Amino acid sequence: MSTLEIKDLHVSIDTEQGVKEILKGVSLTIRTGETHAIMGPNGSGKSTLASTIAGHPRYNVTSGTIRLDGEDVLAMTVDARARAGLFLAMQYPVEVPGVSMTNFLRTAKTAIDGKAPALRTWTKEVKAAMAELRIDADFTQRNVNEGFSGGEKKRVEILQLELFKPKFAILDETDSGLDVDALKVVSEGVNRAQAEGNMGTLLITHYTRILRYIKPEFVHVFVDGQVVEEGGPELADRLEEEGYDRYATGAGAATIAAATAAAQA
Amino acid sequence: MTDITTEKARIGAPSAQPFINGFTEEGESLSPVNAAESKAPLAGDAVKRHSHGGGVGIPDSSRAGRLTSYQLADFKPLTGMEEDWRFTPLKRLRGLHTDVLNGAAPSVAVTAPEHVTVETVGRDDRRIGSAGIPEDRVSANAWENFSEATVITVPAEVQADGEISVVLTGQGTGASAQHLVIVAEKYSKAVVVLDHQGTAVVSENVEIVVGEGAQLTVISLQEWNDDAVHASSQQVKLGRDSRFKHIVVSLGGDLVRVTPSARFTAPGAEVELFGLYFADAGQHLEQRLFVDHAVANCKSNVLYKGALQGRNAHTVWVGDVLIRKEAEGTDTYEANRNLVLTDGARADSVPNLEIETGLIAGAGHASATGRFDDQHLFYLMARGIPEEVARRLVVRGFLNEIIQQIKVPAIEERLTAAVERELAATNS
Repeated sequence: MSTLEIKDLHVSIDTEQGVKEILKGVSLTIRTGETHAIMGPNGSGKSTLASTIAGHPRYNVTSGTIRLDGEDVLAMTVDARARAGLFLAMQYPVEVPGVSMTNFLRTAKTAIDGKAPALRTWTKEVKAAMAELRIDADFTQRNVNEGFSGGEKKRVEILQLELFKPKFAILDETDSGLDVDALKVVSEGVNRAQAEGNMGTLLITHYTRILRYIKPEFVHVFVDGQVVEEGGPELADRLEEEGYDRYATGAGAATIAAATAAAQA
Repeated sequence: MTDITTEKARIGAPSAQPFINGFTEEGESLSPVNAAESKAPLAGDAVKRHSHGGGVGIPDSSRAGRLTSYQLADFKPLTGMEEDWRFTPLKRLRGLHTDVLNGAAPSVAVTAPEHVTVETVGRDDRRIGSAGIPEDRVSANAWENFSEATVITVPAEVQADGEISVVLTGQGTGASAQHLVIVAEKYSKAVVVLDHQGTAVVSENVEIVVGEGAQLTVISLQEWNDDAVHASSQQVKLGRDSRFKHIVVSLGGDLVRVTPSARFTAPGAEVELFGLYFADAGQHLEQRLFVDHAVANCKSNVLYKGALQGRNAHTVWVGDVLIRKEAEGTDTYEANRNLVLTDGARADSVPNLEIETGLIAGAGHASATGRFDDQHLFYLMARGIPEEVARRLVVRGFLNEIIQQIKVPAIEERLTAAVERELAATNS
């Protein structure tokens, strides 16, 4: 049983207009076996949270903590976080020239496990996982994400999730840009990984569509860098019906108004 | 790559980057040395008409109009403004363009399999001049100054067993001239490795004749010491239905400028030109190639890949492909890819495609220069891969496409190790 604990996290980025605070005190705890959904309108800081957990250098943590089973995640390098068991399925997977998928998957697996996987079982495992995600076998010969369609890139992210077996998977808008069939395939992959019982999932999404396939126990609504409401699956249903508008007239709008006033003062 | 710039089918596209001071931005500036009074055989317009009658040069923006001559005096002194010298730091040529090249030429040690003949001959040997005429002043200077030449012959129908190894070891910094002739007679098959090492200041002419139906691979390795200066004109003449593969690998040396030219003389021939270069801080590695589709139904494929790292690492790639009016049925493609690993490096890439007939099978060119950037690094590290391993993974993969064309295991291993050493230097 593992725990990923985020406490009062404040994150800012450097922009041309100066330092901009994006996360304004986020607290969240995820345990093995749990699925949490973070939902919110565009620009609310959802993806910033995902990238910050993974350690993207663009995001500066100004205060707060992230701990994985008590270990200080913020003190770890990006690769150390992955080896500690954190996996970020990226919203925009990067094309890496010159590196074949085969080579990449094996190198990453070796780094994460601390030893090279047994060749025969590994090849089998990769093939089987690719077949389940309906990824063509010839993808192994292609360079990482190079020339892949949007849907193919997302499937390959989930392929890695299934192969690397992290303690916590953070899915950053994995559903965006997918058609219904691809969405199903990708969701099944996440559910398979979750069903093995050794993983917790943080699902970040703008839409409720993916929640038909992946069922979260906890839903957190993000507005303007803060969690404004938390609840169970019923909260997601309500969001599907009402959208995010009511937050604009509620707590979120108040925060925005306050921020604007502060900026103008 | 995310911030890749790709140029396709822009004829005479100049480099996208700003130009060095004193250099012209014209992709096809006129050659001022193409003087009308030139007595050179095959000079100027004569080349374009493909006659052998001793023509008179007419300035022409086409690559076909470039002056060629055995006489140094036919080429005016270089100013750095010439189209074919505009990227080269002349000061660092250490006299190859101005001095009498009387220094000791790199020693030549040839190891050849059975049936292959190796000779050292004088200037008057009939095989000298059989594949090329100097296309620039530095090459002409070597032609005027070399004292003896090495001639390697693969006799007709001989399939050479194992590669022919030619080790050229520099003898110091005196400006010198070198001459090699490689003849693959009809229906022969061979692999030749030119292995340049040590310290030299040398202008080299390599003439390569590929006879009818012959299959020849020439690999030119430049693993010089840091202070070496090397200009190498490698000209190949292709016979009917011949196959020629050329692989240029430039890793070491202060300034290395390789100018391969491939000329088709009869239909049915195919040429593949590959190149790999890895420039470190301060290094200038230049490659300018020319494929002359002068006859019908020939094929050419060009791919050069380069990596750059460190302050003032500079690479130049210029690919001139000319499809003459007679060259119906031509199929050609050329591409250059560069990977910039650190700030302060500069890659110039200029593909030039001239097409004088529409009756061709295909013609294309591409050039892309990308950075290994933080996004690549983040992606790989987010999968648990340490930074140093990630960097290696990318560069090794990028350059391996060329290395695996060599197909001589010992050399592939050596170059893979050399690339690893270059990468280790990135992190120091």
